Amino acid sequence: MSSTHGEYYVPQPSHWPLVGSLGLFLVTGGLALALPGNASDPMGNLGIMYTGFAVIILMLFGWFGTVIRESEGGLYNDQVDRSFRMGMSWFIFSEVMFFAAFFGALYYIRTFSEPWLGGAGNNLQTHAWLYPEYTSTWPANGPGNVGGNFRTMEAWGIPAINTLILLSSGVTVTWAHWGLKKANRNQLILGLLGTVVLGFTFVGLQAYEYIEAYHIYNLKLTSGAYGSTFFMLTGFHGLHVTIGAIMLTVVLLRSMKGHFTEEHHFAFEAAAWYWHFVDVVWLGLFIFVYWLV
Amino acid sequence: MSETMTHDAHHEEHPGGIKRWLFTTNHKDIGTLYLWFSFIMFFVAGFMALVIRAELFQPGIQIVDPNFFNMMTTLHGLIMVFGAIMPAFVGLANWQIPMMIGAPDMALPRMNNWSFWILPFAATLLVAPMFMGGNFMAGQGPAFGWTFYEPLSGQYGHLAFFVFAVHLLGFSSIMGSINIIATILNMRAPGMTLMKMPLFVWTWLITAFLLIAVMPVLAGAVTMMLTDKYFGTTFFIAAGGGDPVLFQHVFWFFGHPEVYIMVLPAFGVISQIIPTFARKPLFGYASMVYATASIAFLSFIVWAHHMFTVGMPVAGELYFMYATVMIAVPTGVKVFNWATTMWRGSMTFETPMLWAIGSVFMFTFGGFTGLMLGVAPADFQYHDSYFVVAHFHYTLITGAWYGIIGGVMYWLPKWTGNMYSEKLGKTHFWLTAIAMNLTFFPMHFTGLAGMPRRTADYPLQFTQFNQLSSVGAYIFGFSQLILLYLIIKCIKGGKKATNEVWEGAEGLEWTLPSPAPYHSFNTAPEVK
Repeated sequence: MSSTHGEYYVPQPSHWPLVGSLGLFLVTGGLALALPGNASDPMGNLGIMYTGFAVIILMLFGWFGTVIRESEGGLYNDQVDRSFRMGMSWFIFSEVMFFAAFFGALYYIRTFSEPWLGGAGNNLQTHAWLYPEYTSTWPANGPGNVGGNFRTMEAWGIPAINTLILLSSGVTVTWAHWGLKKANRNQLILGLLGTVVLGFTFVGLQAYEYIEAYHIYNLKLTSGAYGSTFFMLTGFHGLHVTIGAIMLTVVLLRSMKGHFTEEHHFAFEAAAWYWHFVDVVWLGLFIFVYWLV
Repeated sequence: MSETMTHDAHHEEHPGGIKRWLFTTNHKDIGTLYLWFSFIMFFVAGFMALVIRAELFQPGIQIVDPNFFNMMTTLHGLIMVFGAIMPAFVGLANWQIPMMIGAPDMALPRMNNWSFWILPFAATLLVAPMFMGGNFMAGQGPAFGWTFYEPLSGQYGHLAFFVFAVHLLGFSSIMGSINIIATILNMRAPGMTLMKMPLFVWTWLITAFLLIAVMPVLAGAVTMMLTDKYFGTTFFIAAGGGDPVLFQHVFWFFGHPEVYIMVLPAFGVISQIIPTFARKPLFGYASMVYATASIAFLSFIVWAHHMFTVGMPVAGELYFMYATVMIAVPTGVKVFNWATTMWRGSMTFETPMLWAIGSVFMFTFGGFTGLMLGVAPADFQYHDSYFVVAHFHYTLITGAWYGIIGGVMYWLPKWTGNMYSEKLGKTHFWLTAIAMNLTFFPMHFTGLAGMPRRTADYPLQFTQFNQLSSVGAYIFGFSQLILLYLIIKCIKGGKKATNEVWEGAEGLEWTLPSPAPYHSFNTAPEVK
């Protein structure tokens, strides 16, 4: 049962948030126990983590299912729609700041800590006493040559193709939006399908690139500062592309079921904004991680 | 399609018992949950402070071993910051913002529930390692200081629990802040323009922005710690080309805005209380808004003043010093405006006003010691000494926490429908104020004389000052039981509060009945 208060829709009590909290707790607690030093049989605790993921998936279906039913039931007026839009925009802003932390780490290491290890600035003595043999360069894995010698990925190979893929997917999702706004369902579905296919192709190529990096280039997560920043930045980005592609898949399935109207399609726009966000992050990655090394 | 119906608030159906609290989407219920959670955490972390003060009553090691002592300082700080102060302000925001802007509820009520119900799970992850290994006194909990600097924190055996606790706290804060921003920007009553909003709402709007901007950076920092320890990255390890100092930069990029996150909403509360009891409109409303925004902006560009002694280039030291002392300007505007609001007002001194004036006086004092610390060459003397401990307790207790208690006293009659006991309120205020100064004022001297913080032992010469601090801390701690009693007594009964509660109070929340109805404004009021 639902109720309206004035015009604004205030939902009745819901158990989904608590289910979500429990899921997060099981995932993080299970993973923490599975890491070395916390339990006598670490890996045995991965089951707790998988259970947690199952609980979170259940919560996502339940919670979003409720929201979709309410939305299709016409309970959301323009003001509720605006709340959702603000929520999504500020969520994306928080994601931008998360990536900013890792980009910041990359810039700091390249601009300060690497040259300092080589004796730049006022670090002549540090260099002379600690690492006299070390010459600072970039890409680098530090004076300890952590992870052994490695080569970096060639920017104008797969990464450039991936750039093209993501930029094209930005075009297809916009084309789908035009279709939705002029009530052309086929254009909407086709555009979304194209975007989803491009998105998952990107993820596939990225996975292929990781395998190459590990087996041919000896570039690993453990390859010192370069390996750390490269894999953490591209890895978190790949995770976000995957999440975005899943969001777009849900929107695609809903479009095929006949959801959304020309005026009322917040879910579509939210997924599209998110998609543009991962696109822009990729451009930063392409420039600073692949190209200008 | 769901059935819709309109009805008035008194016929609202909601589950009773525990389910009401577990599943609630009501801003007042969620506000109450936040406030009680915060109050419990306040006592837990306060108890830890008393363990610290008991150990420091005499030089030498008497009660706990140094590692356990360090665990107490660490958890005291972390729980006070993330468990007590931040949730208390979110609780105040939940209760008050919809009432102050004329909204039926928060903008995203289900997410509101989620923001709260992550907290108990996060707190469990944070303290769980304390109970691992079967020996509580062995101190398995985090013991690396609330700032968890690398590389020390990287040595901690149960780091993963700590990291995930911070991640969950971050989720909670970000979702709570998104909700607050959406509520303020989207749910205001007709006529309530931005520049007519009560200052508490303004300060929370800016605070929420700060939270969304910096909590993800903290999440990034702890993620790097996690991968450094368990997955072989070298963000903070020099051998791999990283740098432990990088950790401090990322941490304080979060950490400095964080200290304003804890104090700006308190400024908002004070800006509500002082006009009420001075019976005059707030002096310089617009300048208050701009000053708050300036403080928020400056908070992003001053972080390295926490790390003057780390070996930064001199140009960096100079820049961060000048940027830091600039914060005194907008803060001075605020203090001037509060003082001027009281000037020639017809003032009365009910309990909320005592907390507000107490805060203006003593927070300003804490601000001055902040200026001393912000001067780079002087900071080399004060760094990591008890002077720093004195400074941030003056800002956090008399800034943030006085604001919280002032706000609770100010709005308690609106929430419960009953007046609290002024006699108990005033007794609690004066005992707290005296004990607070008795505890922390001597720390300026021990600090200037060179006593380092986070150490379980000290030379004989510091004994008397430390004994004063310990006596003060125990009076402070036990005085808080008066507050607990006062609140329970007020919930159970007392003189009925009027709608307006305070003679000079202005704002939409005072047009609602006391206690306020379950849903605040079913029909939006018109603001002239």
